[in-house]
Amino acid sequence: MSSGTISNERKGELMKIRIFALFTVLGLLLAACGSDSETESEGAADAVDCGAPPLKADGVLTVATGEPVFPPWMEDDDPTNQKGFESALVYALADEMGIDTVEWVRTGFDQAIAAGEKDYDFNIQQYSITAERDEVVDFSDGYYQVEQAIIGAADSPAASAGSLEELKGLRIGAAIGTTSLDYAETVIDPAEEVAVYGDNVAAKSAFDADQVDAIVFDLPTAYYITAVEIEGSEILGVLPREGGDPEELGMLFEEGSPLVACVNQALKGLKDDGTIDALEDEWLNQGGSIPSLDS
Amino acid sequence: MVNGSRESRTPRFEPEAVRSSVIAAISLLAFAGLVVGLVISSPNWPAVQKQFFSPKHFNASFWDVAGGFITNIEMFIISMLVIPVLALVVALMRSFRGPAFLPIRVISAAYVDFFRGVPLILLILMLGFGLPALDIPGLPRSAFFWGLTALSLSYSAYTAEIYRSGIDAVPESQRSSARALGLTQWQAFRYAILPQAIRNVVPALMNTVVSLQKDVALVSILGVREAVREAEIYAARSFNYTSYLVATLLFLLISIPLTRGVDWYVERDRRLRSQTMI
Repeated sequence: MSSGTISNERKGELMKIRIFALFTVLGLLLAACGSDSETESEGAADAVDCGAPPLKADGVLTVATGEPVFPPWMEDDDPTNQKGFESALVYALADEMGIDTVEWVRTGFDQAIAAGEKDYDFNIQQYSITAERDEVVDFSDGYYQVEQAIIGAADSPAASAGSLEELKGLRIGAAIGTTSLDYAETVIDPAEEVAVYGDNVAAKSAFDADQVDAIVFDLPTAYYITAVEIEGSEILGVLPREGGDPEELGMLFEEGSPLVACVNQALKGLKDDGTIDALEDEWLNQGGSIPSLDS
Repeated sequence: MVNGSRESRTPRFEPEAVRSSVIAAISLLAFAGLVVGLVISSPNWPAVQKQFFSPKHFNASFWDVAGGFITNIEMFIISMLVIPVLALVVALMRSFRGPAFLPIRVISAAYVDFFRGVPLILLILMLGFGLPALDIPGLPRSAFFWGLTALSLSYSAYTAEIYRSGIDAVPESQRSSARALGLTQWQAFRYAILPQAIRNVVPALMNTVVSLQKDVALVSILGVREAVREAEIYAARSFNYTSYLVATLLFLLISIPLTRGVDWYVERDRRLRSQTMI
């Protein structure tokens, strides 16, 4: 198109577009510079009727979990078999809430924490509750108090380490997205940078390849891995918690979900009647007591 | 515009030119405005803005990600030193003439077929976790080492093919002329064929360099803490993705000047060549 033939009318139009564009760009800049506006809507759930909980699909509790899922949290990579702590817990929870059907979907870690509405009710895959994360999503009350443990080869120098101080010289690994990594960095704080793996499988591979001496896992996972998956490995000890409150796992909801209150109510019921304790004994506390490491 | 001013030497502020650049600017702004308007008017924008564009998280994650980026640059530089040499050896082996050299040609072809055929991520996993697990004495265990080895092997296969296409593109008459002048087969290759071949494929080579600069991040699956992995660590810890923005900007900081530089070089080379031809 030749620019010379442009009419005055068209120029006026272009001017309007330019002004519009300028304002849009300015608007964006303002939005980008503006303070993080809090759009918390917690507390709105008070009015929810938990007799008929607000589910995404009528009468069906849609639960998301990882792909794959690992024992002892779930067994055989199959959440529907009601085996493993989290699978059994979800079915008990649905029962407590008066919901007959549970459906499962699989999500990656990043999908689960991305902003936006989700097509499932909540996500369960050993998410640790932290204040920082709570700004972006909502958590249920804790359903399990978790400790972090360090594992190593039984016949290695790591095995004789009796204190945190002796762990500092080791090559230590942990999986991404776990608080195990935070423990490795802040509690042990080894001389060599902690190696970080995409998941537990990669961390185990690195251990087999002798690229790390020790890995930090949550205690139930550490029980399972030392007993079943890595021959000749053992739990060296439980790492002390930094700060006061114990670390808890919670179910993950999209920000402002009205269902949180109902799930919390049902969780409380399961705690009070001893169901959760029984599930812990059945699935998680098989390994006996493990000494805690001190500095 | 460039052609116009070069050929006719008209004054730069010709009204027609001003008008068209104003229109171009307006249309660009309007387009940007429209896209941005669509994005920020979407219902979930506030949440997305908080999760992807948070100044607080940008500052908090910057040094971790930047620290990881140093590792990227280290790996990039080391593999940039290895790949051109290894690839040239493979390409040379492929261009040996004569029936006696068949085994050499076969080895070279097999190398290219294998390392181009295996997905890079699998290669990194197999070399990184597989070889050290064999417990062969004397073999290094370092994830950094094996990650770089996998990168170099894979990229050398691609680069060898680029070299070969460049070598094949040099007319056969160049070789015969060089031989007729009394150069040996090796001299003809070294002084007549290779310089022309490499010059032909510089854009393709540089394309590979830009691609390599980003693929270095794949080594993170072995536990190496480079920029993308550091960004992931931050995002997984805080549930905030602004660290990915930090990593994106750092990568662009390298790759945009790199691609612009290549464009400039190729353009200059083209101009110089067309001048000498005239």
